[in-house]
Amino acid sequence: MRYITPRKAAEGLGSAHSGTQHHWAMTVTGVALAILTPLFMIVIARAIGLPRELVLAYFGRPFQALITGFFIIVGMLHFIKGTRIMIDDYFQGGVRKAAVIISVIFGWAVIALTVYALARMGLGAIVVL
Amino acid sequence: MVQLTLPKNSRMRVGKTWPKPDGATNVRRFNIYRWDPDTGENPRIDTYFIDLDKCGPMVLDALIKIKNEIDPTLTFRRSCREGICGSCAMNIDGGNRLACIFGIDEVKGKDVNIYPLPHMPVVKDLIPDLTHFYAQHASVQPYLQTETPTPAKEWRQSIEDRKKLDGLYECVMCASCSTACPSYWWNGDRYLGPAALLHAYRWIIDSRDEATGERLDSLEDPFKLYRCHTIMNCTNTCPKGLNPAKAIASIKHMMVERIV
Repeated sequence: MRYITPRKAAEGLGSAHSGTQHHWAMTVTGVALAILTPLFMIVIARAIGLPRELVLAYFGRPFQALITGFFIIVGMLHFIKGTRIMIDDYFQGGVRKAAVIISVIFGWAVIALTVYALARMGLGAIVVL
Repeated sequence: MVQLTLPKNSRMRVGKTWPKPDGATNVRRFNIYRWDPDTGENPRIDTYFIDLDKCGPMVLDALIKIKNEIDPTLTFRRSCREGICGSCAMNIDGGNRLACIFGIDEVKGKDVNIYPLPHMPVVKDLIPDLTHFYAQHASVQPYLQTETPTPAKEWRQSIEDRKKLDGLYECVMCASCSTACPSYWWNGDRYLGPAALLHAYRWIIDSRDEATGERLDSLEDPFKLYRCHTIMNCTNTCPKGLNPAKAIASIKHMMVERIV
């Protein structure tokens, strides 16, 4: 039996004095994605069916590269914040911490790979794999 | 970790079916959750038949009739019988209601299914343990806080500022909203829930209260406040017709105002 008062249980460790920045970041990235998603769909739709060389050249153009880059980066930032909310909802303790770490690493890895790929295509350093 | 199934000792079984009243023509079936901590048995669903021609119109009338005339062991809270005290909140026909102001004829299903408020520890039968819920309410310090010396006569408030409290002060703390909230189900130990947050906002928005900043500081927490995902179950279920989700959104809006 735990001899703590109900009030102490309700207070817990007190306020973390955070959460609003997270909430605001979700709002900002959400609005940005509402604009970027249709643009990204158009960019992708126009690349469908092109041969590899043309696709590489296509994503080397500034507009296509910027839209793709912004979409993936903003999308992944939104993903990292959003999955944190779901993880906080449904997991506890060590599992929660591990899931947050995995989510953050995955999100930033996708961002890094996207920037790397777009840079290579934009700089013309095409490597045939 | 979230639990998707009931623990073994919480799984319900079929209980006793009480006989139908003799000679009654307007009978309705009531399936009621029963659990007695002293027996050590699993919860059960008992079935009662009520002659609606000899019963008041509300679900609470039927419960009182069952307790008085059929099964005196049935346990539930009730007091005012007019939707003011919030004591008789329970899950009726799949929604959280006040039994005293919810009519039997409002039940859409064929049978009247009655359970305690969901996802709360049960004391007995239809009585949930609201200790933590009340402690969370107390933690938002639901009373006037001022630094200015108390005026000789009274704290004055404009008509416009008083109107801001409408839709907030009417909450009777029945816990229907909090126990309808999935976020409160999963994280009720840390998330304050719609009722406590509505009361918090009631004092944040009060023009006479001078602890607005401290109140917002204490609420700025990923769990205390930001577990609300605007699911709106709280607003849908509130027996008093209040809108806790709007109050929570207003708190979030004030939080953003502080940083942007």
